[in-house]
Amino acid sequence: MIITRDLTKRYGRTVAVDGVGLEVRAGDRYGLLGPNGSGKTTLVRMLLGLVFATKGEIEVLGRPVPKRVKEILPAIGAMVEGPGMYPHLSGRTNLAFFDAAGPGGGRRDRRTRVGEALERVGLAGIDRRPVRAYSLGMRQRLGLAAALLRTPQLLILDEPTNGLDPRGIREIRDLLTELNRAGTTVFLSSHLLAEIEALCTRVGVMDRGRLVLQDELATLRAPTGRVLVGTSEPERVVALLDGKVEHRDGQLLTVRHPDAGALNAELVAAGIRITEIGGERRSLEQVVLDATTTSSDRVEAT
Amino acid sequence: MIRVELAKLFRRPRTYVIAGLLCLLPLIVAIFLATTRIPPPPGQGGAFLSAVLSNGALYPAAAMALVLPVFLPVSVAVLAGDSVAGEAASGTLRYLLIRPVGRTRLLLAKLVSLIVFVLFAIGAVLVTAYLTGLALFGSQPSAGVALPADVTSLSGVTITPAGLVLRLAGTVCYIVVSMLGVASIALFLSTITDSALGAAMGALAVLVTSQVLVTLDAAAGIRPYLPTRYWFAWIDFFREPILWRDIERGAGIQLVYLVVLLGAAWANFMTRDVTN
Repeated sequence: MIITRDLTKRYGRTVAVDGVGLEVRAGDRYGLLGPNGSGKTTLVRMLLGLVFATKGEIEVLGRPVPKRVKEILPAIGAMVEGPGMYPHLSGRTNLAFFDAAGPGGGRRDRRTRVGEALERVGLAGIDRRPVRAYSLGMRQRLGLAAALLRTPQLLILDEPTNGLDPRGIREIRDLLTELNRAGTTVFLSSHLLAEIEALCTRVGVMDRGRLVLQDELATLRAPTGRVLVGTSEPERVVALLDGKVEHRDGQLLTVRHPDAGALNAELVAAGIRITEIGGERRSLEQVVLDATTTSSDRVEAT
Repeated sequence: MIRVELAKLFRRPRTYVIAGLLCLLPLIVAIFLATTRIPPPPGQGGAFLSAVLSNGALYPAAAMALVLPVFLPVSVAVLAGDSVAGEAASGTLRYLLIRPVGRTRLLLAKLVSLIVFVLFAIGAVLVTAYLTGLALFGSQPSAGVALPADVTSLSGVTITPAGLVLRLAGTVCYIVVSMLGVASIALFLSTITDSALGAAMGALAVLVTSQVLVTLDAAAGIRPYLPTRYWFAWIDFFREPILWRDIERGAGIQLVYLVVLLGAAWANFMTRDVTN
């Protein structure tokens, strides 16, 4: 779906995107994670032919970008850095204008298309108020509706849940999952870990212009070979397991052991009371922190 | 895309506000003239203004002479400066481009919408000025229209009302071409900066500089190439016979400006990173 090779963008002396090799496969829900200013937006703009790369290749839906980007754009729905609308027009008129501006799709069913897109994002009931009067969340939904207008094969969304409340975020997440099940590949960027962890199947992590990590979420979150044990008798556990306990935090112990079930049987056989037990998985946060530890000199943007 | 641009143009209140202001200026002037009946001395004041006192049918031409030096170019510069930079600032430019609308098409659509705006504005001024002229100054019925003496430098020359309409049509075409020169300057700047105001200011700076240099004898060497040098050549449409020399030169210069600046705008826009 999306392949980039050694993709680099320089603005003067600053390198915004540095040698990125992105790979998004058909059917993925791909999450591009990174702090503000890490080059996510520039990368997304390059994928859409808005910004021209200094070096490297881009292939989207099998076509080279930006050379043949016009052929693939009709199959892509995108939202880049927040929605852009004409503030003095209503949401419906805005969508109709964008629909009419590009190729494909007749005039006759434009109204239907716009109506369906609005319904998908939960704005079916909007009236003739101008977009100027919309809340941030409504604008965000409208931007999403614009991206869905032509039932795209590939959705490219930059920070899609900006400005939405928790319920709205949940709705959008469900919508994206549903679209993905129906065959749409979803590529989204975000600086919110939790959002990507909850939605995506594949994760890429950007740090200061570089793609420092790219893998399946399941692989990244593989068991660490440790088991977390909660017990009211921590001393007895430490005595029994001798040296395998790596960390102790009150009644919660971290034990180096490949199998939580076997360890449980062993502890119960010794007559130790277990309040909780489970294999440790790395959180995505831990993964990201590990991948980006080198940047001690960074001035945090957010 | 052209249809969308036109819809955007005519659904914006500012289009009508600008056109209304353009119509208002000749109206105010006409009211003062009609109530005082003090004509500007020949050779001074707006062209045609002394002539309209005896014939209101000439007032559209007088109105053109009133709005052309400042008001019309300012409004064209503002709209043209806003055309690309405004889309960039509101964030809609990127969505148009990924819709996809080709960059060349977008520029062309913007240019067409500017032409339509100029036609609309001039049309509105002509119609209101004609009505104002008839209402406040009256007309000379059926005898034909006497061309104003200070323009023709011959008194008593008359043309038919049909001839007047033809000459006005020529005037409109000429002014549209002149305004396209203005529009191409602002449009070019609009592709460079993301500030609509900056682009409009830049275009106005060029025009003001040009108008100053036109009157400066020390700059006589470059005078024929200044964009505003032949702006008033359309007055020659109201001579008998029509003097084509300046009209042709003026149109030629504007076309050169148009081609060069639009080419530059196109080249710049095609290779530009859209980061706003």
